[in-house]
Amino acid sequence: MSVVAKTAKDEVARSATRGGWLGPLLAASIGAALIAATFLVLDWLGTDYAYLAAYTVLQFVVLATAWNILGGYAGYVNFGSAGFFAIGVYTSVVVYQTIQLPILATIPLAAATAGLVGFATGYLTLRLRGVFFSIATLALAIVLQTLIVNWDWVGGARGVYVLRPQTVPVFGSYARYLFAVMLGLAILSVLIARLVENSWLGQGLAAIRDDEVAAECSGVPSLWLKLMATTLSGALMGAAGAPFPYFITYVDPNTAFSLSIAVNTIAMPLIGGTTTWAGPVIGALLIGSLQQYATVTISSAANLLIVGVLLVVFVIIAPNGIIGLITSIRERRQ
Amino acid sequence: MIIEATGVTKKFGGFTALNAINFTLGARERVGLIGPNGSGKSTFVNCLTGVLPASEGMVRFDGQDITQLAAWKRARLGLSRSFQIPRPFRGMTVRQNIEIPLTFIVGRSDRARIEAEADAILAQVGLSARARARPRSLSQVELRKLELGRALAAKPRVLIADEAMAGLSDPEVDEILDLLMRLNSEGIAILLIEHIMRAVIRFSERIVVLVAGAKIADGPPADVMAHPEVVRAYLGE
Repeated sequence: MSVVAKTAKDEVARSATRGGWLGPLLAASIGAALIAATFLVLDWLGTDYAYLAAYTVLQFVVLATAWNILGGYAGYVNFGSAGFFAIGVYTSVVVYQTIQLPILATIPLAAATAGLVGFATGYLTLRLRGVFFSIATLALAIVLQTLIVNWDWVGGARGVYVLRPQTVPVFGSYARYLFAVMLGLAILSVLIARLVENSWLGQGLAAIRDDEVAAECSGVPSLWLKLMATTLSGALMGAAGAPFPYFITYVDPNTAFSLSIAVNTIAMPLIGGTTTWAGPVIGALLIGSLQQYATVTISSAANLLIVGVLLVVFVIIAPNGIIGLITSIRERRQ
Repeated sequence: MIIEATGVTKKFGGFTALNAINFTLGARERVGLIGPNGSGKSTFVNCLTGVLPASEGMVRFDGQDITQLAAWKRARLGLSRSFQIPRPFRGMTVRQNIEIPLTFIVGRSDRARIEAEADAILAQVGLSARARARPRSLSQVELRKLELGRALAAKPRVLIADEAMAGLSDPEVDEILDLLMRLNSEGIAILLIEHIMRAVIRFSERIVVLVAGAKIADGPPADVMAHPEVVRAYLGE
């Protein structure tokens, strides 16, 4: 018995040494503690506004992470983020107008629709490189917005109201529920980004970012990898858009295709750093929180100004973002 | 023949960069491809490897028509190349550069095995000590070795070395030449595009000469170097 116990103990020690389950377990515990602490702090503030502000910050975590899968890992700058976000928003509106599914069932539908559009867009545009690809994605967002403006059934240019319940079982207020949904999406998107980054897909995308011709000649099927990245990126942006009608309760094309979404989604990863999953998360938490603070203390009109100023500062002092700055300082010390 | 190119033509708008080139490379053969700047050597290599689509003509690899195949598919068949101007993956370390073809061509998924094979290739090209360095810190000869190492990681049957010795000193040229000779003795057919004539003559069993997009000579080094059109192309009238 003691031998069996000793062997098991050794195995546990070996696994821990190898970092087998201990690392993820520790990360999950810290994550759970952080989530619980966030809920406690937001509850302590005692207003739904705190939850809605935190929802907005997390929405940008999802969008920035999604953008970074194509823009950061593969180096293909997508200016059409607002288009993919709006596909999620309007899929949700269509579901609301027809079968009225709960948000958790709507999110996969929105992700699938935006992912499909991402795949189709990628197939048509990914043979273009650099600025030509970026312009094509911008054109996609404009085409989509024109379609929505002229589609009366989803409200057209005048917009549409979406009524949400006041309370939800378990979560209490609907704002608290929306925050929990977006928190789940943020965690999922970061896990997906991390998985991509550490897989052969991430390796291939990094090779494409550095030199696409050399990557192709090294056996990297660049078009397929970029299509996978576009689909995944589009799907996550669509997923981020799905709860938005319930958050804002009145959706019109100007809100869904907002310039603020397009700009923030690109600026946040650039400020945080584009080569790892942590960059967009840091960028979104930093800029998103600053914007929420500015909205309360100054005006929401200051939001884009903050992003603009920070972008200029980072382009000058840290062109590879916060993560790039930390890495270069560490490399210099070594 | 492992490579057979028939009537390969490449046009950029109204300009014909390559005009109906016929070319063969035997298995395990060492062939030199020479010609003045702008003669179409790199364009021809790009057409062989799929970086550029040929406007006309056909390319066969080991009997298979690969004219319409993408570059990555040709690389997976065993057609590997280095670039005239080194094109390393700059965000990666030297070892990670080597790991890309090991992952995508050889299809390795076992991390430990990939690293072991990468280390073996780095030892083969003499870059073991620089495995963790970034390409920006490499010297010119190290960058050339990295190019060759990455091409070798694809386990090629044909290696196209595009000016692998450009900008190197005499001892460095000899070092690269010895490496290419060794690879050839291991069974890899090599097409060497080069301006350094002593290297081409020492290396090649056969030399092909391109001038203004047309092939003007193809034969043993001594015959080709005595060919009047080659002499005229290099030395003038």
